[in-house]
Order: sequence, then C-alpha cells, then structure tokens
Amino acid sequence: MTTELKDSLVQQYNTLEHQAETEILSDLRKDAFTNFQVLGFPTTKHEEWKYTNLKQTIAKAYELGSPASLSEADVKSATELPLDCYKVVFVNGIFSPSLSDIDHKEIDVRLFGKADQELINTYFGKNLPYNDSLISLNLAFATQGTVIHVKAKKAVVRPIVCFYLSDVRKTNVFAQPSVLVVLEEASHAILVEINRSIGTHTSFTNAFTHAVLKKDAYIEHYKIQNDIDASSFINNTQLLHEGKSISYTTTITLNGGLVRNNLNITLNAEHCEAHLNGLYLEKGTQHIDNHTLVDHAKPNCFSNELYKGILDGKSTGVFNGKIWVRKDAQKTNAFQSNKNILLSKDASVNTKPQLEIYADDVKCSHGATTGQLDEEALFYLRARGVGIDTAKKLLVQAIAFDVVDKVKNDDIKAYLEKLLASSF
Amino acid sequence: MLSIKNLHARIEEKEILRGINLEVKAGEVHAIMGPNGSGKSTLASVLAGRSEYEVTGGEVSFNGKNILELSPEDRAREGLFLAFQYPVEIPGVSTINFMKTAVNEVREYRGMEALDAVSFLKLMKEKMKLVEIDESLLKRSLNEGFSGGEKKRNEIFQMAMLEPKLAVLDETDSGLDIDALRIVANGVNKLRKKDNAVIVVTHYQRLLDYIVPDFVHVLYKGRIVKSGTKELAFELEEKGYDWIKAEADAQTV
Repeated sequence: MTTELKDSLVQQYNTLEHQAETEILSDLRKDAFTNFQVLGFPTTKHEEWKYTNLKQTIAKAYELGSPASLSEADVKSATELPLDCYKVVFVNGIFSPSLSDIDHKEIDVRLFGKADQELINTYFGKNLPYNDSLISLNLAFATQGTVIHVKAKKAVVRPIVCFYLSDVRKTNVFAQPSVLVVLEEASHAILVEINRSIGTHTSFTNAFTHAVLKKDAYIEHYKIQNDIDASSFINNTQLLHEGKSISYTTTITLNGGLVRNNLNITLNAEHCEAHLNGLYLEKGTQHIDNHTLVDHAKPNCFSNELYKGILDGKSTGVFNGKIWVRKDAQKTNAFQSNKNILLSKDASVNTKPQLEIYADDVKCSHGATTGQLDEEALFYLRARGVGIDTAKKLLVQAIAFDVVDKVKNDDIKAYLEKLLASSF
Repeated sequence: MLSIKNLHARIEEKEILRGINLEVKAGEVHAIMGPNGSGKSTLASVLAGRSEYEVTGGEVSFNGKNILELSPEDRAREGLFLAFQYPVEIPGVSTINFMKTAVNEVREYRGMEALDAVSFLKLMKEKMKLVEIDESLLKRSLNEGFSGGEKKRNEIFQMAMLEPKLAVLDETDSGLDIDALRIVANGVNKLRKKDNAVIVVTHYQRLLDYIVPDFVHVLYKGRIVKSGTKELAFELEEKGYDWIKAEADAQTV
C-alpha cells in the first residue's frame, strides 16, 4: 500500500529522464533520486518524524505532474489578497508566468529552464544541513523549479507572494514546488508563501524553498498556511546567510490537515541575524509540526526564536527547535522559546528544544511550556461581565497577537490580524 | 438590594463560611472587618461566583434574584462588581479593549444598544477623570507591570465604567500608600449614589476614614459576630480583635 506512491514516483522519474529538460541540475537530481530511493518516505521510526505519521498521506493515490488546469478567473479568486503585492502563481507545483502578476523591472522570476544555469547549479540544493529524503524527492524532480532573483542593492518594497495552488477539484494531487531565492548584496525583499487547495480532494505538497542571502541582504519571509483539512503540506525551507545579512521568518498555521514545516537557517558568516516567529492554531484532528534549526556556524551571530501554539479539539502539535553552536561560533547569542496552550483535554503537543553548543563563549537560552488558559484571568474577565466564550477568545487572541505583533511589515501585520480575528 | 441568609461555603473540605446573615440596602456602605482567616475574602469571592468555593447552604438574593445560580458574568451583568484584592495581569489584552467588550456585553444583557466607538471614548474620558487615571495606562496590557496603586485605581476605573448597583471592594487598601489610598477612596466616593451600595472588606480601619461606612460588621470564624456603626471600627483599631474573639468564643462554648 504505502509503496504505491513511491512506485509511481519512480516511474515518473524514469519518464522525466527521457525529456528535453533533463540536463537541468542533472547530477544533483540523479543523486537526489538515488538517495530518495534508498531512504523512502520517512516513517515514525525516524527520530525526526516520531510524532508525524505520513502513512495515511502516502497511502492515497495521487495525480502526479498533472498540468495546470485553472482558469484565470479561478486563479484570481484563489489569490485574492488585501495586499499591494507581486503574485507568483504555481499550479500543482509548477510556476505559471501567464497567471502571475510580476513587474520584471523589479524582480526576476523565471523557470529553471530559462534561468542562469550557473546561479542554479551553484546554490540550489547545495550545502544542506541534513540528508533529508523529502528534500531529495523534491530535488529529483526540480526540472521545472523557479528562481526568484533580486539584484544587488535593490529594495523590493512590495511583498512577493508565492501562491502554491493545488487543483483538487477532480482528483488528488501531489505537487512539488521548488524555489530558489537569491538576494544579491545589500538587497531587500519580502517573500510570502501561501498554499491553497482548490476543491475537496486531497492535496499533498512537498515544497522546497532555498533562499540565499548575500552580504548585507535583508529578507522578511512569511508562511501563511490556512488550507483545507484534506491537505498535507510539507515544506522544507533553507536559508543560507552570508555576511551581516538579516532574516525575519514568520510561520503562521491557521488551518490544514497535516502540516510539517522544516525551517533550517544557516548563519554562515559573522554578524548575521535571524529572527524566527511562529504561531500554530489547531482544532479538530489537525496535526502541525514545526521543526526548526538555527545553525550558528560562525562567530558573533544572533538568533531569536519564539513559537506559540494554541491547540483545541483532538489536534496534535509538535515543536522541535534545534540550535547548533559550532566550535568556531564564539560570541553567539541564541534564544528560543516555545509556549503552548491546550484548550481541550484531548489536544496534545510534543515540544523539544535541542541545544548543541560546542563553543564556550556564548549566550544561549531556551524554554518550553505547555499549559491551559489561566483560570484566574478567565474569572477576572468574567467577573466584569464578559461571557466565558468571549473571555476565552480574548485570552487566546492575546497569545496569538503577541506573535503577530512582531511582524515587521504593517500591511502584512494588518492582514494577519484580520485573518486571526476570523479564525477564533 | 442584597440579602444573605445563613450562607455556608467551603473550599475543598474546609468549611469557611458558617452561616452569614447580612442585609444591604440601596445607598448604604457596609464595612466587613475581621482578623486574618475569618472568611472576609471568601465572602467576596462567593458573591462574585469564584468556582473554587462550594456553597453548601443558605441563600443570596440580589435585587430579588438568586445569584448563586448565576454565572460570574451574569452576576456582573446584574450589577454586582468585585474589586479584586489581587488584580490579575493579562498580557496582550488592553484595559480599553477589555472594557469595551465588558461594557457592551453588560449592555446587551440589559437590552441596551452597544456603544459606538465615539460614545465609548466619551464615557471612558469622563470616568478616567473621575478616578484620576491616565489614558496611557489603559492602553497597556491589563495590569501588566502596574504598581500596586495603579492596579487598584484600574479596578475603580472599571467599576466606574460598569456602574454597578453593588460594589464589593476586597481589601482594596492592601499594599497602598496613603496618597494612593486617598485617590482610590475618592473615586469610590464619587461613584456613590442613592441607588447603589458598597461593601468594603478590610482588615484595617484606615480606609474607613475615607470611605465612611454606615454599618460595620466583624467576621470571625465564618460568622458575623458583631455589628455596629463606624465607632465599632475605631474600637477595633484601638483594641485589636482579641476581645471580639474572646467574646465570640465564649458564646459558642
């Protein structure tokens, strides 16, 4: 049963190898595919996948590489957003230039086939911290990947929003968007990733985003996940920091059946800064798993991470936050906090901070808590005439807004606040 | 307005209130005094509906309604207000936002229209002046990082906003210096009307210099063992509680 998807992927890979685009990343893809064949889909026996079970997701039959079938009108309604932004539209994992809305004078967005091959070969899928089977799976099929290239000293003011749309109106769809983002020296960009399924069948997405921040580059990177329950969304994000670059990542999950976010940040030069914020609101039988890694590879870097979870119903959550401070990385400042509130008896969360420190002159701290809404606070609000449901809502919103409050971009913050207010 | 008859209550297995009787009429100020552990704060908590306390007997009628059957929010909506001894800090919820919600939920319960933003702001400014509280404080997270005086002033501000028929002030004087005490007491006095009433729960007489009671009751071992006028409070201040304890213990033996 569970090998079915893997078998059809092998078949698809073999077909792909006979097509014209086969030279793109050919060595990388070959190695990646061999690696995936050896490792297979992760199971709960794998330490990093102990609490997230893909068995049901991969047991289903999916349409692979199904062509773009969404009309302009479909896309328009699926990508509606109260933001002045560029829209980079992917349908079933593949970038569609004609359905996108991009100003090419501001940013360069193109399919790998039409891009600077040296740029792709230098960065995409290189120097990853883990040997991850799902990244390998994504890389193996990355002939139709997309590169977003921001030129040196260019500050792109409008957010660049990548929509990963899955057309599941007629069938289950497996999609693998592959995105390389290169921010040249002293450039500035705001990247937003939103995944949406259109229809009622199951979507299974295995996305990989590889962002490279060159010297003095600045990125705000938002993931806004608010998909249907019949969706499984796995994404791997790799941020590579070069000198004095700064990243603000915000991962907000409001809905979706199964979500696994792997966010890996490598601080690969001195004086880099990474700020990681996350929020997951769960209900029903949802499962949301955030695995983060901040790799302090060089001295004098700063990282600060705050993830908060609010879980209701029978939902389950996972937070795993790794911080590596390598031997050379003296004067590292690394902080991490994960706070969870369980609103029901049947909800649960597994949280695990993992600090591995090999340098001796560092400042690191971490903390993880799981609790319930403060009864005393609840009583206080009620004693002033606020009904119990509203009182709970106020307290839950307060926890959630604490994360949204850290969002740098005012327009995105306002959008998230609105989205949150309607999520309770 | 408030009629308490033979009220018994316990927390876990410990009986704390053992037959309280008290009548409060509109326009009156009652002080409830007593040594530590006599049940003063329990009485305040039971009236407000704190769930840790179990009422095991007796009745509490508030304007003709049996409030023991009501949720804490409905008691508040009926016009009962408890000023907390230890106001809770709630990060992320501003006093303004919270009060807007509270005022409008109370109005809805009473069949009144919700206040729009302009009317709410007007009401707020008026009450802020009354209790001498700064707007910047109200914009901040509820009580978070407030000084003791600021917290108590915020309680009285909320009381002013909600215009309760009966306010129960639970040790509002605790932790206040004399200036803060005066401001808080002034606020309470300005809110006094013919048709509302106040119960002041306190260990010390000094608050009663500012909020002058019509009646003083002494609570001991879960019962009111002595009632009198404000002179009783002076007597307690002078002589302490031992003589009352002795008197009460002699009667029960």
